[in-house]
Formats: sequence, structure tokens, C-alpha cells
Amino acid sequence: MLARTALRASTLRSISRQTTKRAASSSSNASKEQSPRMLNIAGTAATVAAVGSVSLYYQQYGFGNTVYAGTPAEEGLHAPHFPWVHNEWLKTFDHAALRRGFQVYREVCASCHSLSRVPWRALVGVTHTVDEVKAMAEEHEYDDEPNDVGDIEKRAGKLSDPIPSPYANDNAARAANQGALPPDLSLIVKGRHGGCDYIFALLTGYPDEPPAGTKLPEGLNFNPYFPGTGIAMARVLYDGVVEYEDGTPATTSQMAKDVVEFLNWAAEPEHDQRKKMGMKVLAVTSVLLALSIWVKRYKWAPLKTRKIVYTPPKH
Amino acid sequence: MTITNSIYNVLFRRNYVFVGAVFASAFAFEMGFDTISDKVWDNLNKGRQWKDIRHRYVEEE
Repeated sequence: MLARTALRASTLRSISRQTTKRAASSSSNASKEQSPRMLNIAGTAATVAAVGSVSLYYQQYGFGNTVYAGTPAEEGLHAPHFPWVHNEWLKTFDHAALRRGFQVYREVCASCHSLSRVPWRALVGVTHTVDEVKAMAEEHEYDDEPNDVGDIEKRAGKLSDPIPSPYANDNAARAANQGALPPDLSLIVKGRHGGCDYIFALLTGYPDEPPAGTKLPEGLNFNPYFPGTGIAMARVLYDGVVEYEDGTPATTSQMAKDVVEFLNWAAEPEHDQRKKMGMKVLAVTSVLLALSIWVKRYKWAPLKTRKIVYTPPKH
Repeated sequence: MTITNSIYNVLFRRNYVFVGAVFASAFAFEMGFDTISDKVWDNLNKGRQWKDIRHRYVEEE
């Protein structure tokens, strides 16, 4: 490849040299004397056209900028990156925060949002003890098996039951919320661009009053982080909405942080175990990698250091 | 030479002893490695895991 490039370069240079030489040698001819000047003009014009079109493109679009079809309002404000401790490589969730987050979910979010993929038993040994979870499950009623005459009776909840949804189905949820469907929160952290950052920014990003000039349909609230800026959910987290049992001050951002961490756990319950296993795998494989590099060098050393000498026969 | 010879005689000479040694040492390594890495992990995440806060909520009978 390198050789070919060098070859081509030398050819180009020799061609130009030949042209100048020929032009110089045939200076007696008047019509041919014009040609270098014409060439110069053509070259200058081509350069100006090229530079001009590139700068026009740069002025119009810029380089390396992505062009969005939507306006910034339609796109929604991009959430900043927050320093989530549980996003560090070797950190688990803060389980005290998960417990507080579940309390926020239960007392605030659960009035509209379901958490249908999470059964009660998943909380055991993560945020609550068995007895606490059993007591919470028993507060709710679930359909029992059909009895002897085929009627379905109600029974108290068990550990194996899912956390109950606030509405019977999506249509009931829409009807109760002016046509807007509160999404299920089980996998919401995985299901939204920006994940934790986006949800935290959304929960804490409601301005006191919408900026001047914004027009929103009836029943929608302004939130710059929501794509389209009109969100059916009103601000729900105000300082002191819940009272934490561990004495943490329940500020808006504290509650938002806790509930987002809890929702991240709901979406990735395997998170802690996965990172621990990842640490072990990296530790073992880095030793194995170092070993294999050493073995390779050991085996190749004679080949790399040997010298083959050809002694021509003497006659 | 005597050490290598004795290692050879004890471990590598009979295949069943060799394979047994491989399995036993893998077992021992796994136990030791898990214990050490669990300790490192718990130290890195001090106060963050459920077992660190469990005592606040569990009721002893």
C-alpha cells in the first residue's frame, strides 16, 4: 500500500515536471504560451469554487453536527448526567435508598402507575424483611381459585402475588386520567432514553409557571424534559410529601433520587449480582491474559531471537 | 532435581492422581477466591447492601 502511494506520488510529480518542461521548451509558439495562464485561472477558479461550496455547507449545517427533524421543543430538553453512585463499576444499589424509593412509589406514584412486573417476593431481602412484605401483601385482595360452585372469591395477598395495579386495565387508566395512560414503571428506566437521568430531571424539572408564550392543550403541564413539553402528569413531588422512617429529609430531589434508584432496581434486579460477578470475571481473566502473554513470549523467544545465516559454498 | 522428581512421582505419574489434583485444586482455589473477592466487594460497598441495613428492620424472636 505504502509502496503504491509512493509510486503514484512520484508519477504525478514527474508529469507536472514534464508539462512545465514542455511549456518552457515550446516558448516560441504564441498560442501555447497562453495555456499555463489558462491553467492557472482554471485552477484558481476551481479552488475558489471548492472552498466556497465547503464554507457554504459549513455555514448552513456545520461539520459533525447531527441535524434533527424535530424542534428542540419536540425533542425535549436533554437531561444532564447526574453522578449516580450505583452507576459506578464496583458499586451496588444503596439499599436504604431503595427502601425509601419504594416508600415514595407506594405513597405517591402507585396512585396512577402500576409496577406489574415486580412481585412482592422480589422485595424480600432487598428492601424489606419477609414479615414486612407479607404484611404489605396482605393489605391487598386478589382473586382466589374458583370455589366448589365456580365463584371466584377474594383472598388476602401472598408473597407470590404481583404488586397490584391502580387500574384494572389500560382503558380504565386512560379514562381516569383524561385520556393519558400512565406507563407501567417496572422497566421504565430501561425504556426511556437517558434512563435515570431523564426520570430524575423530569420529576424535578417542573417550573413554577410555564415560560411566557407556551401554549399547551387543556389538562397538560409544562415540563421542558418531556418530548413535546406537554405532559399529562402534574408535579407530584413536593418537599415533605412523604415522611421517611429513617429520618432522611424528604426534599423533592431526595425523593426523586430515591424513587429513580428504586425504579432502576425494578428494571435491573440482577444489577448487584451482575457487577460482583463482573468483578470476579475481570480479576480471573486479567491473570489468565497475563499468563497467556507470558507463555506466548516464552514459546516464541527462540524463534524471535534466532538468526539464519546463509553461507554460500566456496569454490 | 529431586524436588521435580518427587513432584512428578507424586502428582503426574498416575493419571487419576493428576486429574484428582486438578479437580481438588480448582475446588480449593474457587473457595478461596470467592471468599476473598466477597470480602473485597463488601468492603467496597460498605453500608450499601441489604445485609448492612437489615438489623434495623428485622425483629428478633
